Amino acid sequence: MGDLRSLTVSQQVGLLFVVLFGLLGAATVAAFVRTIRDSSPERRGMQKRLARELRALWVGLVMFWIAWASGPVVSTVLFGFVSFFALREFVTLTHTRRADHRSLLLAFFAILPMQYVLVATRQFNAFTVFIPVYVFFALPVISALANDPFRFLERTAKIQWGITVCVYGMSHAPALLLLDLPAYQGRGAFLVLFLVLAVVAAQIGQEVASRRLRRRPVARAISRSFSWRAFGAGAIAAGIVGVLLFWATPFKPLPALAMAAVAGAAGTLGEFVMKALKRDAGVRNWLGNSSVTGAVGLLDRVAPLCFAAPVFFHSVRWYFGI
Amino acid sequence: MTGPEAAGLALAFIARLVTGAQGHWHGSAPKAEQRIYFANHQSHFDWVLIWAALPDDLRAVTRPIAARDYWTSSPLKHWITREIFNAVYVSRHRADPAAGVEDEDPLEPLMEALRNGDSLVIFPEGTRGHAAEPASFKSGLYALAQAFPDVQLIPTWIDNVQRVMPKGEVVPVPILCTVVFGAPVALAPGEERRAFLDRARAAVIALRAVA
Repeated sequence: MGDLRSLTVSQQVGLLFVVLFGLLGAATVAAFVRTIRDSSPERRGMQKRLARELRALWVGLVMFWIAWASGPVVSTVLFGFVSFFALREFVTLTHTRRADHRSLLLAFFAILPMQYVLVATRQFNAFTVFIPVYVFFALPVISALANDPFRFLERTAKIQWGITVCVYGMSHAPALLLLDLPAYQGRGAFLVLFLVLAVVAAQIGQEVASRRLRRRPVARAISRSFSWRAFGAGAIAAGIVGVLLFWATPFKPLPALAMAAVAGAAGTLGEFVMKALKRDAGVRNWLGNSSVTGAVGLLDRVAPLCFAAPVFFHSVRWYFGI
Repeated sequence: MTGPEAAGLALAFIARLVTGAQGHWHGSAPKAEQRIYFANHQSHFDWVLIWAALPDDLRAVTRPIAARDYWTSSPLKHWITREIFNAVYVSRHRADPAAGVEDEDPLEPLMEALRNGDSLVIFPEGTRGHAAEPASFKSGLYALAQAFPDVQLIPTWIDNVQRVMPKGEVVPVPILCTVVFGAPVALAPGEERRAFLDRARAAVIALRAVA
């Protein structure tokens, strides 16, 4: 581990990307070999799902690589677009009315860019309060001016919520990238990667645990796989990943474990909340094969990150007292 | 690449960015056959959405109908409809002796385009509707079906677009939309006008379930 610490920052991050691309490549090759070997019908469905997941992972990893390689501005723009597409998907599935048109325009074309500008210019105090304070105030005013009281609270709340998850939550990922930690300049990209890996590890851990353990689900009407035991397993998996990666973080091993576990737990709980939301909207999967909207399923994949990023971001700031 | 082509690509890109403009084919395939697509009409955005949802090679041969008085009233409108969309212009008014306009069959420009082998997109309701279901169809579709029995009539359902740009608004809100193309509807021998139009309308509404 001492050797790893002595590498330069970009060498460390580069090494990590090499390892990740290698793992993903190996997984892809393994999956491909298995499709050649056996092809019973019920296996084929599973393989198709696996192939889709792998493709999403490739896209995600390449995106992070581009974000790291091309610097903070490009990566902020990149995350801004992810935010845009996620919010588009969210709004599609909520029943907005004609009177919401102006508020939605404001959300997409003013609030979203503004939030990312605040990130890019590192105004972290303004960035933290912009949406919870100013947008929270301004949106209902615009909506009320549209002169339509029908289900006003519900409509306004849904738009607020969409902005909070898709814009506010998501924007904390590029914010991590730009956070100046003591003796840790220029390694923000690694923190983002650390966060993402913790969240992914927690999800995989939870998924595996819920299949193996077959515990009674806590909230059957919302998720058949969510149990406290599986949730704990996910958080532990995230913690283990955190410890394994501590050498490239600004944390000592134990805090690294705690940070990763917190991020992973927030991610899986966020996913659980999103499931409730989907049940409410009447879809099982944001993407689905013949979905109402042709939604691409992006929200499904980024939602855990949207929930975990703010928690992680503020834990890091609190830990370092900045 | 020429100016209009580039502008067309840019427009299709924006339409996809804002709405996703996903085309789903249920019962017909995206082939370059001569067709009339007939769709529900709720927004000015409808045509752009269908156009963006079509594959590139079909876009080139598929033309919209544009009201001549409105879409030639400014150089920009005229340029967009003529150069980018290659629109078929129709006059909204019949004979107007005061202006010296001859009595022209409003369907004649459409017939001519069909004789040239072009595909068309028409909105048989005649105007933009705001109800959940499309209004009853006007008879133009029947006349075209009679005159061109070999041209496929494809029912088309546009979903969600009224949320993208409600009447009176100019800036579209990003919301995902789908365009569903259904199985061709053909005029049965001896079928009555009203019966055919109602059947065509039902075929469009039926696509809502798969949207």
